[in-house]
Amino acid sequence: MAVITMREAISQALWEEMERDQKVFIMGEEVGVWGGTYAVTKGFLDHFGSERVRDTPIAEAAIVGAAIGSALGGLRPVAELMTINFAFVAMDHIVNEAAKLHYMFGGQMKLPLVIRTPGGGGRQLGATHSQTPDAIFAHFPGLKVVAPGTPADAKGLLKSAIRSDDPIFFIENATVYQQRGEVPEGELLIPIGKSKIQREGADVTIVTYSKMVSYSLKAAAELEKEDISAEVIDLRTLRPLDLEPIIASFKKTNHAVIAEEGWRSYGVGSEIAARIYEQAFDYLDAPIQRVAQKEVPLPYNRRLEQMALPQVADIVNAVKEVLR
Amino acid sequence: MDKKSYLELFRQMVLIRRLEENAAELYQKGAIGGFLHLYIGQEAVSTGIIAARKAQDRVITAYRDHGVAINVGIPAKVVMAELLGKETGCSKGKGGSMHMADIEKNFWGGHAIVGAHLPIASGLALADKVQKKDGVTICMFGEGATNIGFFHEAINIAKAWNLPVLWVCENNRYGMGTSPERASAVSPIIQKACGYGMPAYDVDGMNVLDVQQTVSERLAEIREGSGPQFLEVCTYRFRGHSMGDPERYRSQEEVKKFIENGPIDRFQKLILKEGIAAQEELDEIMAAVEKEIDEAVTFAKESPEPPDEALFENIYVEEVERG
Amino acid sequence: MANIVEMPKLGFDMAEGTLVSWIAEEGQDITKGDVLADIETDKATVQVESSFTGIVHKHLVEENKTIPIGTPIAVIADKGEDVDLEALLKQASKPDKPSSPPPETASAEKQPAPQLQNTGTDDEFIKASPLAKKIAADAGIKLSSISGTGPEGRIVKRDVEKHLSDSPAPTAKTQSVKTETAIRQGEDQQIPISKLRAAIGRRMVTSHTTIPDFTITYSYDVEALITMRQQMNADRADEEQLSVNDFIVKAVALALRDYPNLNASISEEKIIRHGNINIGNAVAVESGLLTIVVNNADQKSLDQIGHEISTMAGRVRAGKVNPDDIEGSTFTISNLGMFNVHDFTAIINPPEAAILAVASAQETPIIENGNVLIGWRMKATIAADHRITDGAEAAQFMRHLSTFLEQPWRLI
Repeated sequence: MAVITMREAISQALWEEMERDQKVFIMGEEVGVWGGTYAVTKGFLDHFGSERVRDTPIAEAAIVGAAIGSALGGLRPVAELMTINFAFVAMDHIVNEAAKLHYMFGGQMKLPLVIRTPGGGGRQLGATHSQTPDAIFAHFPGLKVVAPGTPADAKGLLKSAIRSDDPIFFIENATVYQQRGEVPEGELLIPIGKSKIQREGADVTIVTYSKMVSYSLKAAAELEKEDISAEVIDLRTLRPLDLEPIIASFKKTNHAVIAEEGWRSYGVGSEIAARIYEQAFDYLDAPIQRVAQKEVPLPYNRRLEQMALPQVADIVNAVKEVLR
Repeated sequence: MDKKSYLELFRQMVLIRRLEENAAELYQKGAIGGFLHLYIGQEAVSTGIIAARKAQDRVITAYRDHGVAINVGIPAKVVMAELLGKETGCSKGKGGSMHMADIEKNFWGGHAIVGAHLPIASGLALADKVQKKDGVTICMFGEGATNIGFFHEAINIAKAWNLPVLWVCENNRYGMGTSPERASAVSPIIQKACGYGMPAYDVDGMNVLDVQQTVSERLAEIREGSGPQFLEVCTYRFRGHSMGDPERYRSQEEVKKFIENGPIDRFQKLILKEGIAAQEELDEIMAAVEKEIDEAVTFAKESPEPPDEALFENIYVEEVERG
Repeated sequence: MANIVEMPKLGFDMAEGTLVSWIAEEGQDITKGDVLADIETDKATVQVESSFTGIVHKHLVEENKTIPIGTPIAVIADKGEDVDLEALLKQASKPDKPSSPPPETASAEKQPAPQLQNTGTDDEFIKASPLAKKIAADAGIKLSSISGTGPEGRIVKRDVEKHLSDSPAPTAKTQSVKTETAIRQGEDQQIPISKLRAAIGRRMVTSHTTIPDFTITYSYDVEALITMRQQMNADRADEEQLSVNDFIVKAVALALRDYPNLNASISEEKIIRHGNINIGNAVAVESGLLTIVVNNADQKSLDQIGHEISTMAGRVRAGKVNPDDIEGSTFTISNLGMFNVHDFTAIINPPEAAILAVASAQETPIIENGNVLIGWRMKATIAADHRITDGAEAAQFMRHLSTFLEQPWRLI
């Protein structure tokens, strides 16, 4: 068992899959010569060459569009969008083309395509560079959306994503590439579409994903000191959703808190809460609490930005509120 | 070119024409829903292009796609079945008029978002180049699409990476109801291609032989590694943008003028004038087309609806439980 | 072109229907296949689709009106078309106008929801979590007797649990000390009779008052059947599991082959012995019951019968019953076995000759060779029309049926 960073985990996944299958290639802005703006693809160009590590123009629609075309044409592209904020430029190709080509043409076209992109805020980058719009991408049938919260999950899920024949939107978090975690040695493949209980507990179910997983685990540790036992369930995949462990947990605890970094309105929490209400209504002992970003564009000022983003204390307070 | 080829070009254009005319009638009877964009008047363009391409050349186009569908060899009855939303359609009834495709015939659709398939075309060409195949990707689109961002991103990356794409702009003079004079910074459109450093040519889209000849030459050069090239094919659509278009943007006199000098009539006159075939042979072809279309309509009407389960099929390659 | 939509015929014996509600409003664009209106028949509420594209030019019938089939209900015209309504309707009264194709039911027949209200009919709204309500209801406690410590005084699980652990015998009676002063008067509930309930009522009155029926009860040794079912199901996936009723359907169908008089109907002066054995199965729905039909059940395998019944029952539960599912039975089975019923009598489903009421299979003391043993018995009671058959024949049928129920290998 090795302890590596999120960056290393993702980098290893890409490297291993590129070694394994010649058809896999990377394209994106600054992925080659620069080595990736988050250093994920450092060293790749020298080893794999410029045919398989392609620097693109600043043209997200062309990046995703050409990735789609090359996937249709027999390659297995891993396209990088430098941040998820730039994904909007390629929105049509992500949700209107990639998500629909297989369906619309009666199953003829296969798109073994992965779009990797980091999101999240907290580095004073300003409103247009700090968003967590994950819920929007999870809205569309036909696109799978994966968002790991630990290095082990990041590695195993990215490898599975690259081997999948479906188009996958792989969301990383820009502020946790140095987060460390245990990653098993050897081949690591984690199935897409399966939630995971990251911590068992009895009093409250915390449903979360991505960066909020580590925040939730910290909150759970604090709550333990006050004799509150929290179960933390990591979604890992936003579409397709694996509700089963969540419903089973909720039937046990009767109280739920959903923690996400994106905005509350129309967010991931809305979906999970609605499903819990639908499937486990009779087990509800209190309304479900949602911890999310405040309904504001993120400001530059450091203090204000941190006020807007959800913190560990917010999760602790939400748990106490739901148990009140 | 031998007689057989001439007659085949003629047959395909007539087949497209009659298919489109029948589709219009079925639409008005309520048998076809959604949007219906007819290729009437533009038959020479797709027919010439597909006649010039080799099997390894990929073709992708926008939503006015019935012509290409017929030219690549999708049977008329399969096209008709798709229009009626039947299970026997080329997209199993799930795509409709704007989303015909048959990847076995290297026809990558039928796309409805203006310009969105252009970056995809660049990607198809990238795949061929990387895998060292000698196919050229032929990307067809209207002149209206040259104003949208996707166009610029796509042709830029194709030129920057020297991808084997033939960009074919079908300039039928109206992007929906807006002429390029009103919508485009420059006219003619080939000027845009020059801005990206690509060889660019214009073609008389009413002349099927001109189209075939030019495309053939361009494909040969691209296959040799010339990089992407651009064609502006001047053509005209005799009907509205789609069914239900009130056509307030052009005069009926203008339309009439183009109809009188249409691609099928012109080609027919040429065949007869050059003594390539006799009128009886052309009549025979037209009668055979009539029969084929009748049978296609019957086939489509009698074909089964997709089953209810089809609603949830082919969302993913690896099926998942419904949410 | 203007087209008339008529009240469609949705069942072999449908004479009229009620236009429950308009879905497409006047002036609205409509495409062929879009839903036009909800129509209620004797059997179910069905959505009718438009067979024309255009705009809904006019509604010819008000909501909640009951009209004969074939009556014009709407006009669909082209946008901007001038329609001469009178002339159009005059022309429509000529025969041979094509009616719209039989549509599917779309009303959601909900299953009865589990009782989760405050027990009793308290008028005051008491805030309690769904979980607390469930625990209280299961324990038979009125929420008004519990004080809530949740936010805004909401009763939550811990409050009910505390209440349960504090008070010794939590039945409604022993709470009376607290609730005596809080007795609330109940209010009568007035429930309008649904079309389905009314139709069932009419048929049952007809049956009960006009058919001289008699009943015969037989007790069947179903031990072999139960064992065989277990064995067969071990080989079958969850969704292919056979029910006891599937076996009964096949057994009855085969037995009827030799008793055509019980697979018959009476009509004027004739007894019609049906050429096919179509077994109807009574299925409960929210507002009454429907009979789902397995045609030619004697010729189908157990798996086919099981599959058909569960598929049709699924449609019934989803409110999407096809007219074909519920038409054409020649003999009906009513099975209340799942309710632990010992025996019961059913009312004949006219115009059939008989109905079989099947009770539950139970372990029961039996006497064999002078010894008291435990065996499996299932009682079934046939009600038969004395105008068509008589006691001896019906009794012989019931005995013949035992050949199939007690020797289930004959059903394969």
